[in-house]
Amino acid sequence: MALAVYGAPFQARLGRLLQYREAAFAGFITQCWWGGLKVMILAAFYGSALATQGTASLPLTLAQSITYVWLAQGLLAITPWGGDPDITAAVRDGSILHDRLRPVDTYAYWYARSAAWLLGRALPRLALMLLFAGVGLRAAGLGSWALRAPEGAAAFAAALVSLGLGLAVSTAITNVVNVFTIVTGTDRGASTVLGTFMILLSGNEIPLPLFPDWARTFLELQPFAALLDTPFRIYLGQLRGGAVLRAMALQVFWWSVLVLIGRRLLARAVARLEVNGG
Amino acid sequence: MAPQIVVRDLCKAYRILQRRPGVWGAVSGLVRPSYRTVDALTDVSFTLERGEVLGFIGPNGAGKSTTIKILSGILRPDSGSCTVDGLTPFRDRIAHVRKIGVVFGQRTQLFWDLPVVDGFELLRAIYGVPEARYRRTRDELVALMRIDAVLQQPVRLLSLGQRMRCELAAAMLHEPSVLFLDEPTIGLDAPSKLAVRDLVRTLNRDRGVTVILTTHDMHDIEAIAERVVVIGHGRILADCRFSELRARVTGDRPSELRVEEVVARFYALHGAAGG
Repeated sequence: MALAVYGAPFQARLGRLLQYREAAFAGFITQCWWGGLKVMILAAFYGSALATQGTASLPLTLAQSITYVWLAQGLLAITPWGGDPDITAAVRDGSILHDRLRPVDTYAYWYARSAAWLLGRALPRLALMLLFAGVGLRAAGLGSWALRAPEGAAAFAAALVSLGLGLAVSTAITNVVNVFTIVTGTDRGASTVLGTFMILLSGNEIPLPLFPDWARTFLELQPFAALLDTPFRIYLGQLRGGAVLRAMALQVFWWSVLVLIGRRLLARAVARLEVNGG
Repeated sequence: MAPQIVVRDLCKAYRILQRRPGVWGAVSGLVRPSYRTVDALTDVSFTLERGEVLGFIGPNGAGKSTTIKILSGILRPDSGSCTVDGLTPFRDRIAHVRKIGVVFGQRTQLFWDLPVVDGFELLRAIYGVPEARYRRTRDELVALMRIDAVLQQPVRLLSLGQRMRCELAAAMLHEPSVLFLDEPTIGLDAPSKLAVRDLVRTLNRDRGVTVILTTHDMHDIEAIAERVVVIGHGRILADCRFSELRARVTGDRPSELRVEEVVARFYALHGAAGG
Protein backbone atom coordinates (compact mmCIF):
# COMPACT_ATOMS: atom_id res chain seq x y z
CA MET A 1 0.00 0.00 0.00
CA ALA A 2 2.53 2.60 1.12
CA LEU A 3 4.86 1.27 -1.53
CA ALA A 4 2.33 2.08 -4.26
CA VAL A 5 1.50 5.48 -2.78
CA TYR A 6 5.10 6.69 -2.77
CA GLY A 7 6.39 4.34 -5.49
CA ALA A 8 4.11 5.81 -8.15
CA PRO A 9 5.44 9.39 -7.99
CA PHE A 10 8.96 7.94 -7.80
CA GLN A 11 8.45 5.86 -10.93
CA ALA A 12 6.71 8.60 -12.88
CA ARG A 13 9.56 11.03 -12.17
CA LEU A 14 12.29 8.48 -12.87
CA GLY A 15 10.74 7.48 -16.18
CA ARG A 16 10.48 11.09 -17.25
CA LEU A 17 14.10 11.92 -16.30
CA LEU A 18 15.53 8.91 -18.11
CA GLN A 19 14.21 10.44 -21.33
CA TYR A 20 16.37 13.54 -21.10
CA ARG A 21 19.18 12.20 -23.27
CA GLU A 22 20.68 15.53 -24.32
CA ALA A 23 21.04 16.70 -20.73
CA ALA A 24 22.63 13.40 -19.75
CA PHE A 25 25.07 13.60 -22.64
CA ALA A 26 26.04 17.19 -21.87
CA GLY A 27 26.61 16.28 -18.23
CA PHE A 28 28.66 13.28 -19.25
CA ILE A 29 30.97 15.34 -21.49
CA THR A 30 31.60 17.85 -18.70
CA GLN A 31 32.31 15.07 -16.24
CA CYS A 32 34.76 13.40 -18.68
CA TRP A 33 36.61 16.67 -19.05
CA TRP A 34 36.97 17.22 -15.30
CA GLY A 35 37.66 13.54 -14.73
CA GLY A 36 40.48 13.54 -17.26
CA LEU A 37 41.96 16.62 -15.64
CA LYS A 38 41.83 15.10 -12.17
CA VAL A 39 43.33 11.83 -13.37
CA MET A 40 46.28 13.64 -14.92
CA ILE A 41 46.87 15.77 -11.82
CA LEU A 42 46.77 12.64 -9.65
CA ALA A 43 49.26 10.89 -11.96
CA ALA A 44 51.63 13.83 -11.66
CA PHE A 45 51.37 13.82 -7.84
CA TYR A 46 51.83 10.08 -7.68
CA GLY A 47 54.92 10.38 -9.90
CA SER A 48 56.62 12.77 -7.52
CA ALA A 49 55.45 10.91 -4.41
CA LEU A 50 56.80 7.62 -5.72
CA ALA A 51 60.13 9.26 -6.52
CA THR A 52 60.55 10.63 -2.97
CA GLN A 53 58.77 8.12 -0.71
CA GLY A 54 58.28 4.81 -2.46
CA THR A 55 54.97 2.92 -2.48
CA ALA A 56 54.77 1.87 1.17
CA SER A 57 53.06 4.99 2.53
CA LEU A 58 50.38 5.36 -0.16
CA PRO A 59 46.81 4.87 1.03
CA LEU A 60 45.58 4.11 -2.51
CA THR A 61 47.50 2.94 -5.56
CA LEU A 62 47.37 5.22 -8.60
CA ALA A 63 45.08 2.74 -10.36
CA GLN A 64 42.72 2.77 -7.36
CA SER A 65 42.71 6.57 -7.23
CA ILE A 66 41.91 6.74 -10.94
CA THR A 67 39.02 4.31 -10.50
CA TYR A 68 37.78 6.39 -7.53
CA VAL A 69 37.84 9.55 -9.67
CA TRP A 70 35.95 8.01 -12.61
CA LEU A 71 33.30 6.59 -10.30
CA ALA A 72 32.93 9.95 -8.57
CA GLN A 73 32.57 11.69 -11.93
CA GLY A 74 30.01 9.16 -13.13
CA LEU A 75 27.97 9.54 -9.94
CA LEU A 76 28.28 13.31 -9.58
CA ALA A 77 24.54 13.74 -10.16
CA ILE A 78 23.62 11.44 -7.29
CA THR A 79 25.17 13.81 -4.75
CA PRO A 80 23.06 16.63 -3.25
CA TRP A 81 23.74 20.02 -4.85
CA GLY A 82 20.61 21.80 -3.67
CA GLY A 83 16.86 21.40 -3.56
CA ASP A 84 14.74 19.37 -5.93
CA PRO A 85 13.93 21.91 -8.69
CA ASP A 86 10.32 20.65 -9.04
CA ILE A 87 9.66 21.12 -5.35
CA THR A 88 11.51 24.42 -4.94
CA ALA A 89 9.65 25.85 -7.95
CA ALA A 90 6.32 24.66 -6.52
CA VAL A 91 7.19 26.26 -3.19
CA ARG A 92 7.96 29.56 -4.91
CA ASP A 93 4.81 29.74 -7.01
CA GLY A 94 2.54 28.44 -4.27
CA SER A 95 1.37 25.29 -6.05
CA ILE A 96 2.93 23.42 -3.14
CA LEU A 97 -0.49 23.68 -1.48
CA HIS A 98 -1.60 20.82 -3.71
CA ASP A 99 0.92 18.59 -1.95
CA ARG A 100 -0.91 19.34 1.29
CA LEU A 101 -4.19 18.30 -0.33
CA ARG A 102 -2.93 14.76 -0.93
CA PRO A 103 -3.65 12.10 1.69
CA VAL A 104 0.04 11.39 2.12
CA ASP A 105 2.88 12.20 4.45
CA THR A 106 4.41 15.31 2.85
CA TYR A 107 7.97 14.43 3.90
CA ALA A 108 7.81 10.94 2.37
CA TYR A 109 6.09 12.29 -0.76
CA TRP A 110 8.92 14.76 -1.32
CA TYR A 111 11.50 12.14 -0.40
CA ALA A 112 10.22 9.75 -3.09
CA ARG A 113 10.23 12.49 -5.72
CA SER A 114 13.68 13.79 -4.78
CA ALA A 115 15.14 10.28 -4.79
CA ALA A 116 13.81 9.79 -8.32
CA TRP A 117 15.29 13.13 -9.34
CA LEU A 118 18.77 12.19 -8.08
CA LEU A 119 18.69 8.64 -9.44
CA GLY A 120 17.11 9.57 -12.77
CA ARG A 121 19.82 12.11 -13.52
CA ALA A 122 22.66 9.90 -12.33
CA LEU A 123 21.82 6.62 -14.08
CA PRO A 124 22.32 7.65 -17.72
CA ARG A 125 25.46 9.62 -16.86
CA LEU A 126 26.86 6.67 -14.93
CA ALA A 127 26.16 4.28 -17.79
CA LEU A 128 27.97 6.56 -20.24
CA MET A 129 30.89 6.95 -17.85
CA LEU A 130 31.26 3.20 -17.34
CA LEU A 131 31.31 2.76 -21.11
CA PHE A 132 33.84 5.52 -21.62
CA ALA A 133 36.22 5.01 -18.68
CA GLY A 134 35.74 1.26 -18.29
CA VAL A 135 35.54 0.06 -21.87
CA GLY A 136 36.45 2.93 -24.21
CA LEU A 137 39.77 3.92 -22.65
CA ARG A 138 40.89 0.28 -22.49
CA ALA A 139 39.94 -0.29 -26.12
CA ALA A 140 41.88 2.83 -27.08
CA GLY A 141 44.99 1.32 -25.49
CA LEU A 142 44.84 3.62 -22.46
CA GLY A 143 44.31 0.79 -19.96
CA SER A 144 46.36 2.42 -17.22
CA TRP A 145 43.99 5.42 -17.23
CA ALA A 146 40.89 3.27 -17.20
CA LEU A 147 38.28 2.46 -14.57
CA ARG A 148 39.12 -0.88 -12.94
CA ALA A 149 36.74 -3.72 -12.11
CA PRO A 150 35.64 -4.08 -8.46
CA GLU A 151 37.59 -6.14 -5.96
CA GLY A 152 35.50 -9.30 -6.48
CA ALA A 153 31.80 -10.07 -6.71
CA ALA A 154 31.18 -9.73 -2.96
CA ALA A 155 32.81 -6.30 -2.90
CA PHE A 156 30.71 -5.27 -5.89
CA ALA A 157 27.45 -6.42 -4.31
CA ALA A 158 28.30 -4.70 -1.01
CA ALA A 159 29.31 -1.52 -2.88
CA LEU A 160 25.92 -1.48 -4.62
CA VAL A 161 24.10 -1.76 -1.30
CA SER A 162 26.27 0.98 0.14
CA LEU A 163 25.64 3.16 -2.90
CA GLY A 164 21.91 2.69 -2.29
CA LEU A 165 22.45 3.94 1.25
CA GLY A 166 24.45 6.83 -0.21
CA LEU A 167 21.46 7.73 -2.37
CA ALA A 168 19.24 7.57 0.71
CA VAL A 169 21.54 9.99 2.56
CA SER A 170 21.76 12.27 -0.48
CA THR A 171 17.97 12.37 -0.74
CA ALA A 172 17.65 13.18 2.95
CA ILE A 173 20.05 16.13 2.50
CA THR A 174 18.13 17.29 -0.59
CA ASN A 175 14.90 17.16 1.40
CA VAL A 176 16.39 19.37 4.11
CA VAL A 177 17.15 21.95 1.39
CA ASN A 178 13.60 21.53 0.04
CA VAL A 179 12.24 22.46 3.45
CA PHE A 180 14.64 25.41 3.72
CA THR A 181 13.02 26.76 0.56
CA ILE A 182 9.71 27.13 2.41
CA VAL A 183 11.41 29.25 5.04
CA THR A 184 13.63 31.44 2.86
CA GLY A 185 11.69 31.42 -0.41
CA THR A 186 14.64 30.16 -2.44
CA ASP A 187 17.13 27.32 -2.28
CA ARG A 188 20.00 29.49 -3.57
CA GLY A 189 21.66 30.24 -0.25
CA ALA A 190 21.40 26.73 1.10
CA SER A 191 22.61 25.27 -2.21
CA THR A 192 25.68 27.47 -2.39
CA VAL A 193 26.77 26.58 1.13
CA LEU A 194 25.94 22.92 0.62
CA GLY A 195 27.79 22.63 -2.71
CA THR A 196 30.96 24.14 -1.28
CA PHE A 197 31.16 21.64 1.57
CA MET A 198 29.75 18.70 -0.30
CA ILE A 199 32.20 18.69 -3.21
CA LEU A 200 35.17 18.49 -0.86
CA LEU A 201 33.78 16.35 1.93
CA SER A 202 32.20 13.72 -0.35
CA GLY A 203 35.60 12.93 -1.88
CA ASN A 204 34.56 14.25 -5.26
CA GLU A 205 37.34 16.85 -5.45
CA ILE A 206 40.09 14.67 -3.98
CA PRO A 207 39.55 11.05 -2.92
CA LEU A 208 39.13 11.14 0.87
CA PRO A 209 41.78 8.42 1.51
CA LEU A 210 44.41 10.77 0.02
CA PHE A 211 43.90 13.39 2.72
CA PRO A 212 46.57 13.63 5.45
CA ASP A 213 46.26 11.18 8.34
CA TRP A 214 45.26 13.81 10.93
CA ALA A 215 42.11 14.62 8.94
CA ARG A 216 41.14 11.06 8.08
CA THR A 217 39.11 10.09 11.15
CA PHE A 218 36.99 13.21 10.87
CA LEU A 219 36.56 12.78 7.12
CA GLU A 220 35.46 9.17 7.44
CA LEU A 221 32.94 9.93 10.17
CA GLN A 222 31.25 13.04 8.68
CA PRO A 223 27.97 12.53 6.79
CA PHE A 224 29.19 13.46 3.29
CA ALA A 225 31.53 10.46 3.28
CA ALA A 226 28.39 8.31 3.29
CA LEU A 227 27.50 9.55 -0.21
CA LEU A 228 30.39 8.29 -2.35
CA ASP A 229 33.48 7.56 -0.31
CA THR A 230 32.01 4.61 1.61
CA PRO A 231 30.73 2.68 -1.45
CA PHE A 232 33.94 3.44 -3.35
CA ARG A 233 36.20 2.13 -0.60
CA ILE A 234 34.12 -1.04 -0.52
CA TYR A 235 34.38 -1.32 -4.33
CA LEU A 236 38.16 -0.91 -4.15
CA GLY A 237 38.50 -3.53 -1.43
CA GLN A 238 39.76 -0.98 1.11
CA LEU A 239 37.00 -1.97 3.49
CA ARG A 240 36.49 -5.68 4.12
CA GLY A 241 34.41 -7.90 6.39
CA GLY A 242 33.36 -6.22 9.61
CA ALA A 243 34.61 -2.85 8.40
CA VAL A 244 32.02 -2.94 5.60
CA LEU A 245 29.20 -3.50 8.06
CA ARG A 246 30.48 -0.78 10.38
CA ALA A 247 30.71 1.66 7.47
CA MET A 248 27.16 0.82 6.41
CA ALA A 249 25.92 1.24 9.97
CA LEU A 250 27.42 4.73 9.91
CA GLN A 251 25.57 5.44 6.66
CA VAL A 252 22.30 4.31 8.25
CA PHE A 253 23.07 6.47 11.30
CA TRP A 254 23.54 9.61 9.20
CA TRP A 255 20.45 8.80 7.17
CA SER A 256 18.32 8.58 10.32
CA VAL A 257 19.74 11.81 11.72
CA LEU A 258 19.11 13.68 8.46
CA VAL A 259 15.57 12.31 8.10
CA LEU A 260 14.85 13.35 11.67
CA ILE A 261 16.18 16.85 11.03
CA GLY A 262 14.21 17.12 7.78
CA ARG A 263 10.99 15.99 9.44
CA ARG A 264 11.40 18.40 12.35
CA LEU A 265 12.09 21.33 10.02
CA LEU A 266 9.18 20.42 7.76
CA ALA A 267 6.77 20.19 10.69
CA ARG A 268 7.81 23.67 11.81
CA ALA A 269 7.67 25.13 8.30
CA VAL A 270 4.21 23.64 7.72
CA ALA A 271 2.97 25.01 11.02
CA ARG A 272 4.16 28.43 9.89
CA LEU A 273 2.47 28.03 6.52
CA GLU A 274 -0.77 27.01 8.19
CA VAL A 275 -0.65 30.11 10.32
CA ASN A 276 0.70 32.68 7.89
CA GLY A 277 -0.44 31.47 4.49
CA GLY A 278 1.67 30.96 1.38
CA MET B 1 -29.31 14.70 9.94
CA ALA B 2 -26.55 17.08 10.98
CA PRO B 3 -25.21 19.46 8.34
CA GLN B 4 -22.20 18.13 6.41
CA ILE B 5 -20.17 21.30 6.83
CA VAL B 6 -20.30 23.35 9.99
CA VAL B 7 -18.28 26.55 10.25
CA ARG B 8 -18.52 28.42 13.51
CA ASP B 9 -16.93 31.77 14.46
CA LEU B 10 -13.84 31.35 12.30
CA CYS B 11 -11.25 34.05 12.86
CA LYS B 12 -7.98 34.36 11.03
CA ALA B 13 -5.44 37.19 10.95
CA TYR B 14 -2.30 37.38 8.86
CA ARG B 15 0.83 39.07 10.08
CA ILE B 16 2.36 40.91 7.18
CA LEU B 17 5.92 42.18 7.15
CA GLN B 18 5.93 45.90 6.48
CA ARG B 19 8.72 47.03 4.20
CA ARG B 20 9.70 50.64 4.41
CA PRO B 21 10.68 52.39 1.19
CA GLY B 22 14.23 53.14 0.15
CA VAL B 23 17.61 51.76 1.08
CA TRP B 24 17.47 53.11 4.61
CA GLY B 25 14.03 51.58 5.07
CA ALA B 26 15.32 48.21 3.90
CA VAL B 27 18.23 48.33 6.36
CA SER B 28 16.11 49.39 9.32
CA GLY B 29 13.63 46.67 8.37
CA LEU B 30 16.38 44.10 8.78
CA VAL B 31 17.19 45.31 12.26
CA ARG B 32 13.69 45.94 13.53
CA PRO B 33 11.06 44.34 11.30
CA SER B 34 7.61 45.79 11.74
CA TYR B 35 4.46 43.85 11.15
CA ARG B 36 0.93 44.80 10.31
CA THR B 37 -1.95 42.54 11.21
CA VAL B 38 -4.67 42.01 8.65
CA ASP B 39 -7.91 40.44 9.75
CA ALA B 40 -8.72 37.99 6.97
CA LEU B 41 -11.75 36.45 8.66
CA THR B 42 -13.85 37.64 11.58
CA ASP B 43 -16.52 35.42 13.12
CA VAL B 44 -17.40 33.58 9.94
CA SER B 45 -20.18 31.04 10.49
CA PHE B 46 -22.37 29.03 8.15
CA THR B 47 -23.57 25.48 7.67
CA LEU B 48 -24.08 23.41 4.57
CA GLU B 49 -26.30 20.38 4.05
CA ARG B 50 -25.18 17.36 2.09
CA GLY B 51 -25.80 17.91 -1.63
CA GLU B 52 -26.13 21.70 -1.36
CA VAL B 53 -24.38 24.16 -3.67
CA LEU B 54 -23.11 27.35 -2.08
CA GLY B 55 -21.82 30.34 -4.01
CA PHE B 56 -19.21 32.27 -2.10
CA ILE B 57 -18.80 35.81 -3.36
CA GLY B 58 -17.07 38.97 -2.27
CA PRO B 59 -14.56 41.53 -3.52
CA ASN B 60 -10.89 40.65 -3.99
CA GLY B 61 -9.23 40.15 -0.63
CA ALA B 62 -12.52 39.58 1.19
CA GLY B 63 -11.50 36.21 2.62
CA LYS B 64 -13.03 33.73 0.18
CA SER B 65 -9.81 31.85 -0.56
CA THR B 66 -8.81 31.90 3.10
CA THR B 67 -12.09 30.20 3.98
CA ILE B 68 -11.61 27.58 1.24
CA LYS B 69 -8.05 26.95 2.42
CA ILE B 70 -9.15 26.48 6.02
CA LEU B 71 -11.92 24.12 4.91
CA SER B 72 -9.47 22.08 2.86
CA GLY B 73 -6.95 21.76 5.69
CA ILE B 74 -4.20 23.96 4.27
CA LEU B 75 -4.62 26.81 6.75
CA ARG B 76 -5.27 26.80 10.47
CA PRO B 77 -7.73 29.34 11.88
CA ASP B 78 -6.77 31.47 14.89
CA SER B 79 -10.04 30.64 16.61
CA GLY B 80 -13.42 29.14 15.90
CA SER B 81 -14.17 25.71 14.60
CA CYS B 82 -15.05 23.97 11.40
CA THR B 83 -15.94 20.39 10.62
CA VAL B 84 -16.56 18.55 7.38
CA ASP B 85 -18.27 15.19 7.88
CA GLY B 86 -17.28 15.46 11.52
CA LEU B 87 -13.58 15.90 10.80
CA THR B 88 -11.60 19.04 11.60
CA PRO B 89 -9.65 19.71 8.39
CA PHE B 90 -6.34 21.02 9.76
CA ARG B 91 -6.27 18.50 12.61
CA ASP B 92 -7.31 15.37 10.69
CA ARG B 93 -5.69 16.46 7.44
CA ILE B 94 -4.96 13.09 5.85
CA ALA B 95 -8.36 11.52 6.60
CA HIS B 96 -10.10 14.74 5.58
CA VAL B 97 -8.40 15.33 2.21
CA ARG B 98 -9.34 11.82 1.11
CA LYS B 99 -12.96 12.91 1.09
CA ILE B 100 -12.69 16.28 -0.62
CA GLY B 101 -11.86 17.48 -4.12
CA VAL B 102 -10.32 20.92 -4.61
CA VAL B 103 -9.75 23.06 -7.69
CA PHE B 104 -7.87 26.35 -7.52
CA GLY B 105 -8.62 28.09 -10.80
CA GLN B 106 -5.40 30.07 -10.71
CA ARG B 107 -3.16 27.04 -10.20
CA THR B 108 -2.90 23.54 -11.54
CA GLN B 109 -2.87 20.28 -9.65
CA LEU B 110 -2.11 18.34 -12.82
CA PHE B 111 1.45 17.27 -13.52
CA TRP B 112 2.88 19.75 -15.96
CA ASP B 113 5.12 17.47 -18.03
CA LEU B 114 2.97 14.35 -17.92
CA PRO B 115 0.19 13.40 -20.31
CA VAL B 116 -3.16 14.04 -18.62
CA VAL B 117 -3.97 10.35 -18.26
CA ASP B 118 -0.60 9.58 -16.63
CA GLY B 119 -1.34 12.31 -14.10
CA PHE B 120 -4.71 10.69 -13.40
CA GLU B 121 -2.96 7.34 -12.93
CA LEU B 122 -0.56 8.96 -10.46
CA LEU B 123 -3.47 10.41 -8.49
CA ARG B 124 -5.09 6.96 -8.46
CA ALA B 125 -1.99 5.51 -6.81
CA ILE B 126 -1.65 8.39 -4.34
CA TYR B 127 -5.29 8.08 -3.25
CA GLY B 128 -5.12 4.30 -3.34
CA VAL B 129 -8.25 3.96 -5.50
CA PRO B 130 -8.77 0.31 -6.52
CA GLU B 131 -7.96 -0.27 -10.20
CA ALA B 132 -11.43 -1.36 -11.42
CA ARG B 133 -13.21 1.39 -9.56
CA TYR B 134 -10.72 3.95 -10.83
CA ARG B 135 -11.24 2.88 -14.42
CA ARG B 136 -15.00 3.18 -14.12
CA THR B 137 -14.87 6.63 -12.49
CA ARG B 138 -12.24 7.86 -14.93
CA ASP B 139 -14.19 6.77 -17.99
CA GLU B 140 -17.36 8.39 -16.68
CA LEU B 141 -15.56 11.65 -15.94
CA VAL B 142 -13.74 11.65 -19.28
CA ALA B 143 -17.06 11.27 -21.08
CA LEU B 144 -18.73 13.88 -18.90
CA MET B 145 -15.93 16.43 -19.32
CA ARG B 146 -15.39 15.51 -22.98
CA ILE B 147 -11.63 15.29 -22.56
CA ASP B 148 -10.95 11.99 -24.36
CA ALA B 149 -9.20 13.86 -27.19
CA VAL B 150 -6.64 15.47 -24.89
CA LEU B 151 -5.94 12.57 -22.53
CA GLN B 152 -2.61 11.72 -24.13
CA GLN B 153 -1.42 15.34 -24.30
CA PRO B 154 1.05 16.75 -21.80
CA VAL B 155 -0.71 19.21 -19.49
CA ARG B 156 1.49 22.12 -20.58
CA LEU B 157 0.00 21.92 -24.10
CA LEU B 158 -3.64 22.21 -23.03
CA SER B 159 -5.71 25.33 -23.52
CA LEU B 160 -7.08 26.87 -20.33
CA GLY B 161 -10.57 25.56 -21.08
CA GLN B 162 -9.33 22.02 -21.67
CA ARG B 163 -7.15 22.23 -18.61
CA MET B 164 -9.95 23.34 -16.32
CA ARG B 165 -12.12 20.41 -17.42
CA CYS B 166 -9.18 18.10 -16.71
CA GLU B 167 -8.74 19.78 -13.30
CA LEU B 168 -12.35 19.04 -12.43
CA ALA B 169 -11.92 15.42 -13.49
CA ALA B 170 -8.70 15.16 -11.45
CA ALA B 171 -10.47 16.53 -8.39
CA MET B 172 -13.22 13.90 -8.73
CA LEU B 173 -11.15 10.75 -9.41
CA HIS B 174 -11.25 9.61 -5.79
CA GLU B 175 -15.01 10.27 -5.67
CA PRO B 176 -15.06 12.93 -2.96
CA SER B 177 -18.39 13.90 -1.45
CA VAL B 178 -17.41 17.57 -1.24
CA LEU B 179 -15.96 19.81 -3.92
CA PHE B 180 -14.27 23.16 -3.18
CA LEU B 181 -13.90 25.28 -6.31
CA ASP B 182 -11.91 28.50 -5.97
CA GLU B 183 -12.60 30.63 -9.05
CA PRO B 184 -12.95 27.69 -11.46
CA THR B 185 -14.09 29.92 -14.34
CA ILE B 186 -11.37 32.56 -14.10
CA GLY B 187 -10.00 33.50 -17.51
CA LEU B 188 -12.20 31.05 -19.41
CA ASP B 189 -13.92 31.89 -22.70
CA ALA B 190 -17.72 31.74 -22.89
CA PRO B 191 -18.13 28.14 -24.11
CA SER B 192 -15.68 26.86 -21.52
CA LYS B 193 -17.47 28.76 -18.76
CA LEU B 194 -20.76 27.24 -19.83
CA ALA B 195 -19.16 23.81 -19.90
CA VAL B 196 -17.72 24.17 -16.40
CA ARG B 197 -21.08 25.35 -15.01
CA ASP B 198 -22.80 22.47 -16.68
CA LEU B 199 -20.30 19.99 -15.25
CA VAL B 200 -20.61 21.30 -11.73
CA ARG B 201 -24.40 21.10 -11.96
CA THR B 202 -24.20 17.55 -13.26
CA LEU B 203 -21.78 16.45 -10.53
CA ASN B 204 -24.07 17.93 -7.93
CA ARG B 205 -27.27 16.47 -9.40
CA ASP B 206 -26.07 13.00 -10.40
CA ARG B 207 -23.50 12.31 -7.72
CA GLY B 208 -24.93 14.38 -4.92
CA VAL B 209 -21.64 16.20 -4.46
CA THR B 210 -21.73 19.13 -2.05
CA VAL B 211 -20.15 22.18 -3.67
CA ILE B 212 -18.68 25.42 -2.39
CA LEU B 213 -17.71 27.70 -5.20
CA THR B 214 -16.06 31.11 -5.19
CA THR B 215 -16.24 33.36 -8.22
CA HIS B 216 -16.37 36.91 -9.46
CA ASP B 217 -18.64 35.96 -12.32
CA MET B 218 -22.18 36.38 -11.04
CA HIS B 219 -23.54 34.34 -13.92
CA ASP B 220 -21.74 31.37 -12.37
CA ILE B 221 -23.78 31.95 -9.25
CA GLU B 222 -27.05 32.40 -11.10
CA ALA B 223 -26.43 29.22 -13.07
CA ILE B 224 -25.22 26.95 -10.31
CA ALA B 225 -25.97 28.15 -6.82
CA GLU B 226 -29.32 28.82 -5.27
CA ARG B 227 -27.74 30.08 -2.11
CA VAL B 228 -25.01 32.70 -1.77
CA VAL B 229 -22.80 33.83 1.06
CA VAL B 230 -21.44 37.34 0.56
CA ILE B 231 -18.26 38.15 2.42
CA GLY B 232 -16.55 41.53 2.75
CA HIS B 233 -13.50 42.49 4.82
CA GLY B 234 -13.61 39.03 6.36
CA ARG B 235 -17.17 39.27 7.65
CA ILE B 236 -20.28 37.61 6.35
CA LEU B 237 -22.61 40.27 4.95
CA ALA B 238 -25.38 38.05 3.65
CA ASP B 239 -26.34 34.39 3.56
CA CYS B 240 -29.44 34.00 1.46
CA ARG B 241 -30.93 33.03 -1.89
CA PHE B 242 -29.55 35.04 -4.78
CA SER B 243 -33.01 36.47 -5.54
CA GLU B 244 -33.16 37.85 -2.05
CA LEU B 245 -29.89 39.69 -2.60
CA ARG B 246 -31.52 41.47 -5.52
CA ALA B 247 -34.49 42.39 -3.36
CA ARG B 248 -32.23 43.81 -0.67
CA VAL B 249 -30.55 46.11 -3.17
CA THR B 250 -33.57 47.28 -5.13
CA GLY B 251 -36.16 47.28 -2.39
CA ASP B 252 -39.67 46.66 -3.67
CA ARG B 253 -39.22 48.44 -6.98
CA PRO B 254 -39.00 46.14 -9.93
CA SER B 255 -35.59 46.56 -11.52
CA GLU B 256 -33.70 45.80 -14.65
CA LEU B 257 -30.38 45.67 -12.84
CA ARG B 258 -27.91 43.17 -14.24
CA VAL B 259 -26.47 40.69 -11.78
CA GLU B 260 -23.12 42.50 -11.65
CA GLU B 261 -24.88 45.71 -10.75
CA VAL B 262 -26.84 44.00 -8.01
CA VAL B 263 -23.67 42.68 -6.46
CA ALA B 264 -21.68 45.90 -6.93
CA ARG B 265 -24.43 47.85 -5.23
CA PHE B 266 -24.60 45.34 -2.45
CA TYR B 267 -20.85 45.67 -1.86
CA ALA B 268 -21.16 49.48 -1.90
CA LEU B 269 -24.07 49.34 0.50
CA HIS B 270 -21.86 47.52 2.97
CA GLY B 271 -18.70 49.50 2.32
CA ALA B 272 -17.08 46.31 1.15
CA ALA B 273 -15.93 47.32 -2.31
CA GLY B 274 -12.22 47.00 -3.05
CA GLY B 275 -9.68 45.54 -0.77
